[in-house]
Amino acid sequence: MCHSMCGMATTVAPQPTLKDDVLAFLQPLRSAIEWTGDLGFFFWRVTKAVFSRPIEWAEFVRQLDAIGARSLTLVSLAGAATGAVLALQMRDSLARFGAKSMLPSVIVFSLIKETGPIITGLVVSGRVGAGIGAELGSMRVTEQIDAMEASAVDPHKYLVATRVLACIAALPLLTIAADFCGVFMGWIACTLVDPVPLRLFLSNGFHGVRFADILPPTFKTAIFGLIIGMVACFQGMRTRGGTEGVGRSATSSVVLSSLFIILADVVLVELIINIF
Amino acid sequence: MEQHPNPESPIAVSGLCKSFGSLVVLDRITFQLKAGEVTCVLGRSGTGKSVLLKLLIGLETPDSGSIRLEGYDIASASGGELNEARKRVGFLFQQAALYDSMSIEENVAFPLRRHTKLASAERSERVHRLLASVGLEQDLDKMPSEISGGMRKRVGLARALALDPSVVMFDEPTAGLDPITAAEIAKLIVELRAKRHITSIVVTHDLHTARTIADRVIVLDRGKALFDGTFEGLDQSKDPFIAQFVEDAA
Ligand SMILES: Nc1ncnc2c1ncn2[C@@H]1O[C@H](COP(=O)(O)OP(=O)(O)OP(=O)(O)O)[C@@H](O)[C@H]1O
Ligand SMILES: [Mg+2]
Repeated sequence: MCHSMCGMATTVAPQPTLKDDVLAFLQPLRSAIEWTGDLGFFFWRVTKAVFSRPIEWAEFVRQLDAIGARSLTLVSLAGAATGAVLALQMRDSLARFGAKSMLPSVIVFSLIKETGPIITGLVVSGRVGAGIGAELGSMRVTEQIDAMEASAVDPHKYLVATRVLACIAALPLLTIAADFCGVFMGWIACTLVDPVPLRLFLSNGFHGVRFADILPPTFKTAIFGLIIGMVACFQGMRTRGGTEGVGRSATSSVVLSSLFIILADVVLVELIINIF
Repeated sequence: MEQHPNPESPIAVSGLCKSFGSLVVLDRITFQLKAGEVTCVLGRSGTGKSVLLKLLIGLETPDSGSIRLEGYDIASASGGELNEARKRVGFLFQQAALYDSMSIEENVAFPLRRHTKLASAERSERVHRLLASVGLEQDLDKMPSEISGGMRKRVGLARALALDPSVVMFDEPTAGLDPITAAEIAKLIVELRAKRHITSIVVTHDLHTARTIADRVIVLDRGKALFDGTFEGLDQSKDPFIAQFVEDAA
């Protein structure tokens, strides 16, 4: 390549060859493949750490509080808002088809089967993904992670495994909270327009709902938790380049984990429909 | 291959090379430390002193060469072996690297909590003793962000000594400290050798402190160990760089 460029330099500007074009085109692909490979290796290391003794209970509980309990308000608000919006929008549409009596069922089904889980996943990926990405990122750039290794403590076990497990455990619980607030707020929104007792709303709404309708969508959020925990910890642990790098890690944690949650959701919805 | 801790040479390095991209930081460094010896590593900023310490404890991987630490071959050790070696080493980072989600007391207690079965009363007694030895009896509940740089350094020192290491590696333990505190830290290092026969490798810019603590000096320059010997040897060296270095520091 150099020969052709040197030879032509005096006459015309070097034309990018086809090979250059292909290489330039493949560069992002290459780094994406590298990233995936690194993530796979990371996943394996963390999985090994999760199953090795002793279990880091204290840190796990601390993370469960930081990740789960402190997301509760935000997730509940998001669930409540979703419930209200569903109630207001659906009322109109259903009335048009003369199916207004279906409103409680529509709200309940929509929330527990899809809206509740995905809203919870996305809201938590924003709050927790950014938090973990920035926290581990700043620990990386200030050498705290090196210090932990130097004290013969495996950061994949102490920092990462505990956070990932806390995410996995917290998401289904948060989803239940979001569903609950959504249904309740849906009832309030209905009642304001057209008063209906809560008991009646619930018995109409949950009429025909089976456990097979509730459990799979709720527990699929454990996979969202796995995605949030893994991606955010991975981005945090590989942070380079000082404070700026910490910011990049926080942003990329959120972007990538939301993206993967949406992709995983498509797959999981299809799977759940086929299985149950 | 079975490895036995070798009391004769707690740290032995041979042919150690390390580059970052095209930047050659360390080029065929070889030395052996004797047990109980205090060695100072001198050199200008950016010559790879911190990188050398991180290589010794396996935080960086060498491009080539071998590192033996307490009988373990660091470059090829498994995770478990590496941790065994690391438990015997106290490491002070240049920027202290305190865990900023933990208080000062918890920072020093962290290695004890992980690697010993001390009851909490004994542990806290030990933590207090360690912190007292670096002149920090108060403010134990403060967070690292609430204390000064020099205090952070001293907490880092206390943490490095928590597990009763047989080897310590200190990256600029006295940088940023006032002369009185610096002298106290120097005294602490000398005591470590005298009382507990600890092998120390200390990176420093401070030739004055180095003279009071070191049995041996290694001067790094542009990737090479330019000098390796005693202070008498250093003072008599004919090498223009070393002569300049000694003169400017005096
Ligand atoms: N992770 C890294 N990636 C790329 N280059 C690095 C990395 N770590 C260190 N370097 C480079 O290696 C060289 C040596 O760095 P090192 O931190 O060891 O210097 P030092 O001797 O400790 O200097 P100082 O006395 O200022 O602390 C520097 O030029 C630095 O830019
Ligand atoms: Mg340094």
